[in-house]
Amino acid sequence: MARTLFEKVWDAHVVAAETADTPAILYVDLHLVHEVTSPQAFDELRARGLPLRRPDLVLATLDHSTPTLPAHADGSRPYANAEAQAQVAQLESNCREFGVELHGWDSADRGIVHVIGPELGATRPGMTIVCGDSHTSTHGAFGALAFGIGTTEVGHVMATQCLLQRKPKTMAIHVDGALPPGVGAKDLILHIIGTIGVDGGTGYVLEYRGAAIEALSMDERMTVCNMSIEAGARAGMIAPDETTFAWLKGRPRAPQGADWDAAVAQWRTLRSDDGARYDREVRIDAAAVKPTVTYGTHPGMAIAMDTPVPAAANAQERRALDYMRSEAGKPMQGTPVDVVFVGSCTNSRLSDLREAARVLHGRRVADGVRMLVVPGSEAVRRDAEAEGLHHVFAAAGAEWRVPGCSMCIAMNGDLAQPGQLVVSTSNRNFEGRQGKGARTVLASPATAAASAIAGRIADPREYLVEVAA
Amino acid sequence: MKPITRLHSRTAVLPDENIDTDRIIPARFLTTTTRTGLGRLCFHDWRYQADGSDNPAFPLNRPEARGCAIVVAGRNFGCGSSREHAPWALLDYGIKAVLCSEIADIFRNNALKNGLLAIVIDEVEHRWLLKHPGIELSIDVREQAIELPDGGRIRFQLEPFARHCLLNGVDQLGYLLQHAEAITAYEQRMEAAA
Repeated sequence: MARTLFEKVWDAHVVAAETADTPAILYVDLHLVHEVTSPQAFDELRARGLPLRRPDLVLATLDHSTPTLPAHADGSRPYANAEAQAQVAQLESNCREFGVELHGWDSADRGIVHVIGPELGATRPGMTIVCGDSHTSTHGAFGALAFGIGTTEVGHVMATQCLLQRKPKTMAIHVDGALPPGVGAKDLILHIIGTIGVDGGTGYVLEYRGAAIEALSMDERMTVCNMSIEAGARAGMIAPDETTFAWLKGRPRAPQGADWDAAVAQWRTLRSDDGARYDREVRIDAAAVKPTVTYGTHPGMAIAMDTPVPAAANAQERRALDYMRSEAGKPMQGTPVDVVFVGSCTNSRLSDLREAARVLHGRRVADGVRMLVVPGSEAVRRDAEAEGLHHVFAAAGAEWRVPGCSMCIAMNGDLAQPGQLVVSTSNRNFEGRQGKGARTVLASPATAAASAIAGRIADPREYLVEVAA
Repeated sequence: MKPITRLHSRTAVLPDENIDTDRIIPARFLTTTTRTGLGRLCFHDWRYQADGSDNPAFPLNRPEARGCAIVVAGRNFGCGSSREHAPWALLDYGIKAVLCSEIADIFRNNALKNGLLAIVIDEVEHRWLLKHPGIELSIDVREQAIELPDGGRIRFQLEPFARHCLLNGVDQLGYLLQHAEAITAYEQRMEAAA
């Protein structure tokens, strides 16, 4: 029978099939771990006297609570508080105790968990990947089934390398045509979430497909899959292809030599068969996507920046517009900006930084605007600095930081003040997400950079004349 | 986990839609390394005013909402971050059930694993409950029914295994560990195929 990409990956990982009474037992190939959602799970193992079943299938890093300012001269780190420091120390000691590979402060590969998994080649097509983090959906860009779990389930995976799961439904998102010049993956995924809604994906695994998806780079595919959870979906997937294989080849954990050829041959089978059925199908016209931003307090409240903000349909939306000080009938373009953040697992990879630098090159961040650029990993930082991107940011007046989640989740001290408007390349514009009372507008790196220069939400195409020409 | 068969309480209503887990517990409190004592932080930035006093505009601060263990919330409750700190905080705050026409997937999983009854109900009944805060409800997990004061019943469906675990206090990790042989066999099959 014709199967979808999701079904092929799911079927290959079933240890025990689901029944009416019991969920499937699903095997996990890679368990990513960070400091915030793991301490209670390690405690659970200790309390029960259980070993960590497969330390070789666990990869840990420090990203959420870590400062993005460099270490002091004495080597100490400027943590936001003692609790954050203790949380990091606890992951370090847990990894030592249970034999987990940790990309900590001394690792040349440390970074945001969803950036380093792919970079190391630990993320590969056809795998099942979980992490105590909802943006685990990022790894679906490689044709992996990857989803976020809670801490209790983190403990389940540590002890058994398995999860109890009901099979989700499938939704195909066909993106036909081509994105216009100056419009990117972030605009596309905000447009998709704005179309299907903040809960449109609940209960589903999404498969992004079609010409516009095939044309995306791996970085862009990761941006798209990353935000699947913002539509409520468990996971988002894209079938692996030549772009995927070329990106993975030579990565530290990618297969080598004859193993590589065998792996690629197997990965080529990871496509939805002709005639495979989805529970729901949605069509998106790529050509209609414009630079897109959010205007409310969830990622589904997204529109093209030159389109008037819709009138509030209910008390809920009224509250969101009030909080954001967004005016119905007026476009978001032109709204004054206080802070600009380029970073997060959504948009902190090299191509994102290049995109922001291309707009910023030879220009200055507007007076009164603070701009933070936080690379996703040490590898991204090295590559960006080798290209001199950090000089472009510094010359423009932006702050160039050490890798981490930073202002996306604002738990490390990087945050906006009450009332400030942040144009952010991250993934969530919830009330208070970037600091109590802070107002978040989600946007692409190009839009963020253009807005930093203008001091107002601005169309990056005006700064990318060579693209428009 | 202790078995849960019934829950009886008055309802409090949080009519907002899309209440995300950042609102349930803001990220800056996630530096904790335990799962206890999070109740005082639950809904922190909504519940308290800048000076630390209770915000009278927060629905659960109203006198009639005090002590209510059942919350009827606007649709898509628990969206966003996968933080299990959200159900831990709700339970510690005294909330034992959330009724909603739609609940975000990860939150629902996390809640049920901790004995917080995250229950999806029909839209029409949801709308009615949203408009009638303070009514006495009995949630019967075995019968999968919510009993109303007038004798009426609202039916719901829990995932059968989650329901079984709630009713019998089943430890899900213990259940998984019983399948160690099947897991090892799977690993051997995969290794042989590689």
